[in-house]
Amino acid sequence: MATAQRVQALPRRRVRWPIARHDLRLALIITRREVRDAFRDWRIIVPIFILTLVFPLLMNFTAGRLLSFVSDYGAEIVGTRLVPFLLLVVGFFPTSFSLVIALETFVGEKERNSLEPLLATPLTNQQLYLGKMLAAVVPPLTASYLGIAVYLAGLAVTVGWYPSWQLLVQTVLLTTIQGIMMVSGAVIVSSQTTSTRAANLLASFIIVPMALLLQFEAVVMFWGNYAGLWWLLLALLITAVILVRMGIYVFNREELLGRDIDQIRLGWMARLFWNRLTGRSPEGRYPSLRNWYRQTLALLPGHRMPLTAAFIAFLGALFVGYFLAQHYPFPPALQARLSEIDQVQNISRIAGVAGRLPLLIFTHNLRVIVLASLLGVFTFGVAGLGVYMLPWTLIAYMAAQLAAAGESPWQFLLATIAPHATVELPALLLVAAAALRWQSSLIAPTHGRTISESWLTAAADFSRLFVGVAAPLLLLAALIEALVTPQVVVAVFGGG
Amino acid sequence: MIITENLGKRFDDFEAVRDVNLQVREGELLALLGPNGAGKTTTVRMLSAILQPTSGHARVNGYDVVAEADQVRRSVGLLTEQPGLYLRMTGLEYLVFYGRLYGLDDSTTARRSLELFARFAMEGVADKRLGIYSKGMRQKVGIIRAMLHDPAVLLLDEPTSAMDPHSAKLVRDAIAELRQDRRSIILCTHNLAEAEALADRIAIINRGLIVAQGSAAQLKRDLLGAPTMEVKLDRPLNGEIELLADVITAEQSADDVIRYRTADPAATNPRLVQRLTQLGLGVVSLQPLPQSLEDVYLSVVGALPRREEEA
Repeated sequence: MATAQRVQALPRRRVRWPIARHDLRLALIITRREVRDAFRDWRIIVPIFILTLVFPLLMNFTAGRLLSFVSDYGAEIVGTRLVPFLLLVVGFFPTSFSLVIALETFVGEKERNSLEPLLATPLTNQQLYLGKMLAAVVPPLTASYLGIAVYLAGLAVTVGWYPSWQLLVQTVLLTTIQGIMMVSGAVIVSSQTTSTRAANLLASFIIVPMALLLQFEAVVMFWGNYAGLWWLLLALLITAVILVRMGIYVFNREELLGRDIDQIRLGWMARLFWNRLTGRSPEGRYPSLRNWYRQTLALLPGHRMPLTAAFIAFLGALFVGYFLAQHYPFPPALQARLSEIDQVQNISRIAGVAGRLPLLIFTHNLRVIVLASLLGVFTFGVAGLGVYMLPWTLIAYMAAQLAAAGESPWQFLLATIAPHATVELPALLLVAAAALRWQSSLIAPTHGRTISESWLTAAADFSRLFVGVAAPLLLLAALIEALVTPQVVVAVFGGG
Repeated sequence: MIITENLGKRFDDFEAVRDVNLQVREGELLALLGPNGAGKTTTVRMLSAILQPTSGHARVNGYDVVAEADQVRRSVGLLTEQPGLYLRMTGLEYLVFYGRLYGLDDSTTARRSLELFARFAMEGVADKRLGIYSKGMRQKVGIIRAMLHDPAVLLLDEPTSAMDPHSAKLVRDAIAELRQDRRSIILCTHNLAEAEALADRIAIINRGLIVAQGSAAQLKRDLLGAPTMEVKLDRPLNGEIELLADVITAEQSADDVIRYRTADPAATNPRLVQRLTQLGLGVVSLQPLPQSLEDVYLSVVGALPRREEEA
């Protein structure tokens, strides 16, 4: 009888602990299991088989008919532009399955409670993430590559069409990067849900942008701008790296099992934000204004990196303005008119709103900050930074055009920009840096904090620096711009 | 060995576990009891280095659960509340997969897995898909997975839930055996009889706090007071009870039954029997009334609001 049998203890020396961090071997153990498991599920095998063999042949037939049809009307160029796009579609469809597998492999495991035993093993978070990511990406990508090969072979045989090496490499790279993007997006979605149903609902945040991307790629390919595709590839690669970076962060034991994340806890969120913004202590005491300012200024050293990034972006904006002016100079007639501009007369035109000018300038800057913040939220701060820097590109562009017209750019800059920019520029750089830190906190949350904590804390820090430092400086800059700068312009450019 | 010092875990504004102080020596089994949502699973997750404590410290098999999390995970065998198996794999494939993750070679894993399958009366099913296993069999596979790498520490969350009585006994026997191998074991269970039968010590957790801790006997003594004795007499009492006042304080009596509490039965009981005999009352039986762990549990948990009720 089994009860009488005693299990032999395992000799300790037989236990090997081979784990070095980022050990690929352990990650591949996960990958092998996941792939084998996926291929035991007919619901995955059948569509992949169809998309690998049947769909490319169908596309092949479509391409042949298309080429024949358009050639009847002498519009061969339409066909030659569409066939490469069909190549992209053939590659994309099986890749889209990576999303299904990824959602299944990440959130499905959570739902079936099989993730926790895995998290109790000596696997590192990165090994687990890498193993599962490879499992989600490799089979669909293999199917994609096979599908592309079947499609190309079919085209070679039926219509004798061969892609250029550039097109082939671009298609394979686009397919690969899109697969990685979808999987890393799925990991992020999975980490924020506890059921496959919720994950499928959230998956539209991945599917919709990917569909839009495919349409954009269609436009680029139809346009025949294959050089432009390299830039698109670069942008997608950067996005994929950001998503993978974010995925690695969110795929950790604490985030996955830490709490019930399907709930929106508005009360907690509001409290966290408010306490951080106002400096309210856990005992419920608010600091004096002086202490609040002391705490706010103490946030500045933590913004060194984003401040550096914002300053580099500022220099970049100036360079881009100068560069554009060199490559796109005003036509001679317009340049001649630049020399005739009467700056003093320009000022007289705003005399009607002089009383309201400080408020107008201030509210305009506020609108810019709101717009930049909104754009930044959806782009990890990148588009927001672009909005902040756009005016400096224009200023540099104008200064360079004035120089080209034989005017002094320094006189223009020192008289019309510098008086208020000395206050406005530091304020905007500070706001841009705080916004960048806040909006990029999704990619690199503060150690020891959850993503939502990091995001809310950084948002409160941004608000604090804005309210406490930037807004007063912007108000001062608006006053200078409305009241002092015109006087300087009058003094420098003459008149009275 | 497991040691925790003021261990706590906070999820944003929710304090799941606070100030948990436990010590489980080698060869000792601690039963962790508590209502659903009391903090048992969070405690186990911290001790298996899945979650990081937000306050306090814990050492498992000599390793810090935060600084040496990898070593902790290698030392711990965890049976989760739900076994969480991959149902398209066979039992053996599943265990070989886990064996690889723990650094065991496949032949060692296979040998040990088959031994454990036999130990839990599951011979002949190792090559069958887990999907066809019964609930109880799946639970046993979960236990085998936890024991596979011969861990020094076992954390078992509801190991006998969903099992038939025979299987549950097999598992209980195995757990008792594992303790003899000088492992430190924490057993989370709602089965109080199982806890009483297996545990050296019992800790009751409620609302994230350890509210009582000690051996079953100690808890009964401390929380339920002195044992209650019951004397059955050969005839109904006829006012004699007042004459016993200097020996006992009778709590409840029927016509021919006296109940009383005594912290020192060895001294009280002979004196009472002697007095009853002097009064002409024959003693049919004298025995302590059983005190159950359930009474202890309810006296502690029932007196405090539970999280579920608060919610």
